[in-house]
Amino acid sequence: MDQQHTIPPLKKEELLDLYRRMRLARRFEETVNELYLQGRIPSTLHLAIGQEATAAGALHCLRPGDTVFSTHRPHAHALAHGVSPHAMMAELMARSTGTCKGKGGSMHIGDFARGFVPAIAIVGGNVPIAAGAALAATLQGSDAVTLCFFGDGAANEGAWHEGVNIAAIWRLPVVFVCENNLYAASTPFQEAFSIAHVADRAGAYGIPGVVVDGNDVLAVRAAAAAAVARARSGEGPTLLECLTYRLCGHSRSDPRTYRTQQEEKEWQERDPLPNFVAWLTAGGHFTPEALQAVDQQIEATLADAIAFAEASPSPEPMSLYEDVYA
Amino acid sequence: MAEMTIAEALRQALREEMRRDPRVFLLGEDIGVPGGFGGAFTVTLGLAEEFGRQRVRDTPISEAAIAGVAIGAALCGMRPVADVQYSDFLFNMMDQLVNQAAKLRYMSAGALAVPMVMRAPVGATARGAQHAQSPEAFFTHVPGLKVVAPATAYDAKGLLKAAIRDDNPVLFFEHKLLYGSKGARSEKGAVSPKGEVPDEEYIVPIGEAMVRRVGKDVTIVASLLMLYRALEAAGVLAQEGIEAEVIDPRTLVPFDKERVLHSVKKTGRLVIVEEDNLTNGWGAEVAAWMADEAFVWLDAPIKRVAAPDVPPPFAPVLEQHYVPSTARVVDTVRSLFGVY
Ligand SMILES: Cc1ncc(C[n+]2csc(CCOP(=O)(O)OP(=O)(O)O)c2C)c(N)n1
Ligand SMILES: [Mg+2]
Repeated sequence: MDQQHTIPPLKKEELLDLYRRMRLARRFEETVNELYLQGRIPSTLHLAIGQEATAAGALHCLRPGDTVFSTHRPHAHALAHGVSPHAMMAELMARSTGTCKGKGGSMHIGDFARGFVPAIAIVGGNVPIAAGAALAATLQGSDAVTLCFFGDGAANEGAWHEGVNIAAIWRLPVVFVCENNLYAASTPFQEAFSIAHVADRAGAYGIPGVVVDGNDVLAVRAAAAAAVARARSGEGPTLLECLTYRLCGHSRSDPRTYRTQQEEKEWQERDPLPNFVAWLTAGGHFTPEALQAVDQQIEATLADAIAFAEASPSPEPMSLYEDVYA
Repeated sequence: MAEMTIAEALRQALREEMRRDPRVFLLGEDIGVPGGFGGAFTVTLGLAEEFGRQRVRDTPISEAAIAGVAIGAALCGMRPVADVQYSDFLFNMMDQLVNQAAKLRYMSAGALAVPMVMRAPVGATARGAQHAQSPEAFFTHVPGLKVVAPATAYDAKGLLKAAIRDDNPVLFFEHKLLYGSKGARSEKGAVSPKGEVPDEEYIVPIGEAMVRRVGKDVTIVASLLMLYRALEAAGVLAQEGIEAEVIDPRTLVPFDKERVLHSVKKTGRLVIVEEDNLTNGWGAEVAAWMADEAFVWLDAPIKRVAAPDVPPPFAPVLEQHYVPSTARVVDTVRSLFGVY
């Protein structure tokens, strides 16, 4: 890094907030998976179970006015950024009260009013667009930052390379966050890369590349805070690679037979959520009861979100013709 | 004869062509990973085990490179069969397909040939705007590309073999709801027609349409999933005394105009059904040809049934209005007989 940005230590309520975001994402996805299996949610789902620390840590230090880009696996990002679980549940259930009025579905969840661009499901397609969003902030004289998530697989798209390079040469205020979960669908990382880390590519574009333990929410948060501060102060983009693992299939009923059970077991032990709970309680920051109170709130929120979604109407057929042009 | 799904028929075609011709190889995302999916819709399942991963090559998520590598290998003596997981991602490789594959032969005044196949699944299956398009028509606009769209197991196998042996770049469209993919990969609302496939070797020539149902009152032209809607509609119409002739073009470029013309001369009425957006679809071209060449035989205006000019929506209730239904085909045909 050209310049050190000092990150103040987290306050107690910030720690609790990180826990809440991770736990909400986990329970939301476990719940929607159940609903999917019961046939109450159509289509398919790409869940991010196991990757919540990356979502929560990366987004924690953004401000109102900043912009977030997501992927085909957007639920944890959206929840961590404060998109309404009610509207998300309604979107997944294809209701008119959903984040995209039922037109988008799971892969296009978002809330642009909150700076969360409805997710882009073309792998790598979001990267140049994120550079453009950052350019707009620059041209408008604002210090807003853009944060763009993508998977390891996305870094092999041409659009990714073009987007990162243009952000680098124009020193755009964007943070590229790679969630390296070791697989692109069934394809293992080492089959698609001849380098050890996606972040190694940063050097080719003349920007900093940082690798963190993506299952350690505090490590992700610290690295993201530094990258965001760097972007905000006009020093340009950072490529932040978070090493993580999806503790679930790629999409709906993926049997995961391309991974070993041994590998899954090892990563299960590194599940970010129980590990963070252990850290919070062992460190004396919170009692188990305090965390359980958060959990109960989340369960109530989810029950309410399901009730809201199920009570919501389907979109009017005529809405099919709306929103094609501005 | 063996009864099989389209996914099985395609797999058989690939297997036979790979055994027959060492130049044939496959490339695409998630097609051969051990313990993996065999492509997004299981078509290549088991092929890496038989032919090895040199000939069933998994690629990174790099569509431009998938197309470009296929083109380069084809130029230099190989017969690649490439795969995109959803046809929507063909747009990620448009330069390679449209500026390169389609034009290298012409630019080189015949010095080059690009004998490659690009397989791509089409159709709306509640996946929203970026995983549901039916973009066949984009490619019918490009001289130098052939465009194939089989709707039965027999045709899928015979046409894929023809496409692999063809010396030109062939866009090979398959429909998600017709594959008959099983288990975890099965699709809600799938038609999954099983069909008889001969044991002996055969080819379905590119460029020949097929009459799927004989009738004297109206000609309906429909491909892929829409063929099944058209056939269902023909069944309903028959009960009302309207005998529809249903034609499956099977190939969109080159298009078997003669077959349609022959039928329209008999019926005097033409309805074209497409899953894609209405405007500038391949159906518009068929309508224009018939207006030109069959004008005097027509007893009614040519009608098209297609998706409205909006992107594919996610909500199943909206998607039902987006994808042409059997009822819309029936109503459109009725309107040609003054019945509403
Ligand atoms: C351009 C493009 N190609 C292929 C796909 C199909 N696809 C969807 S997700 C995926 C794997 C993505 O891997 P990665 O970027 O590592 O993200 P992850 O799924 O691991 O979160 C693929 C191949 C797509 N959506 N877009
Ligand atoms: Mg990945």
